[in-house]
Amino acid sequence: MLYERRARVDAQRDTNAPPEDTHLAMHGESHPGYLEYVKIAVILGAITAVEVGVYYVEAIEDLLIPILIALSTVKFALVALWFMHLKFDNRIFSWLFVGGIMLAASVFLVAWTTLDILL
Amino acid sequence: MQHVTPAEHGMETSTGLDNRKLLMWLFLASECLFFGSLVATYLLYKGRSTTPPFPHDTTIAGVEYSGIYDIPFTSVSSFVLLMSSLTMVLALAALQRDNRRAAQVWILATALLGITFLAGQAFEFTEFYHEGLTVSSSVFGSTFFVLTGFHGTHVAVGVLILLSLFVMGLRGRLTSERSLNLELAGLYWHFVDVVWIVIFTFVYLIQ
Repeated sequence: MLYERRARVDAQRDTNAPPEDTHLAMHGESHPGYLEYVKIAVILGAITAVEVGVYYVEAIEDLLIPILIALSTVKFALVALWFMHLKFDNRIFSWLFVGGIMLAASVFLVAWTTLDILL
Repeated sequence: MQHVTPAEHGMETSTGLDNRKLLMWLFLASECLFFGSLVATYLLYKGRSTTPPFPHDTTIAGVEYSGIYDIPFTSVSSFVLLMSSLTMVLALAALQRDNRRAAQVWILATALLGITFLAGQAFEFTEFYHEGLTVSSSVFGSTFFVLTGFHGTHVAVGVLILLSLFVMGLRGRLTSERSLNLELAGLYWHFVDVVWIVIFTFVYLIQ
């Protein structure tokens, strides 16, 4: 009787097993190769050069803040997705990280609102 | 019924994920809150300082003050830290492919780039001090030094971790089976890098 129950539990476990690609991702076997990392680094370096370049262009002074925020967001995402492997790893890690960022953003909004009233 | 999947190193967890990696991501999430608060404080007090020096070119009561930020210099520092993220990820890739010698070289390169960044920050702090900016001279000084100082401290801790891993490698204790140790150090290092991406934009470039 115990043997039959064990067989049922094992069968249940097999149907719940994660797909192979998820398993590979958890073990880092599907991470990109050297060349892809170098490509990402070149893009990051180029974006940094563009950031510094637009800083000195007076003609787009009014658009400077949105441009810089957009560029830094792209850099942030590239490092987090490729170098920190969030693109390839389990989604739980992404949710944890995004949760931390959202919490930080809420603190900023609350502090901003409060300070705007006080000062 | 709880689903149990073997995680790395044969350990079984209810999530199927290695608890150390999960803990590292939880730590990084808390660090987001920490640095988020420091960046928010800097931004909230930005432009409220009335005592020179100022971060960017400023005119007060008809008097022009030159900004003390050296953007080209800080850009080079930022580039150095970005490239250290590349060497870090190359170290992990090499170790996961059991290429220990290459992993050692990339770990050392990452530590050296980190030290270069710290040297640049020390130079910048010294220059600012000579310009009259200290942690207690103005609101700008307080928020700037606390934010960038804490970031620099994180970089210094990262360098110590990397040098420890390098020594472990020399003693033959850093293997592909133990690549998670390097992966966790890498996550910390890349986090320090993304924090600098935010600081570089919001503190240095946005006027």
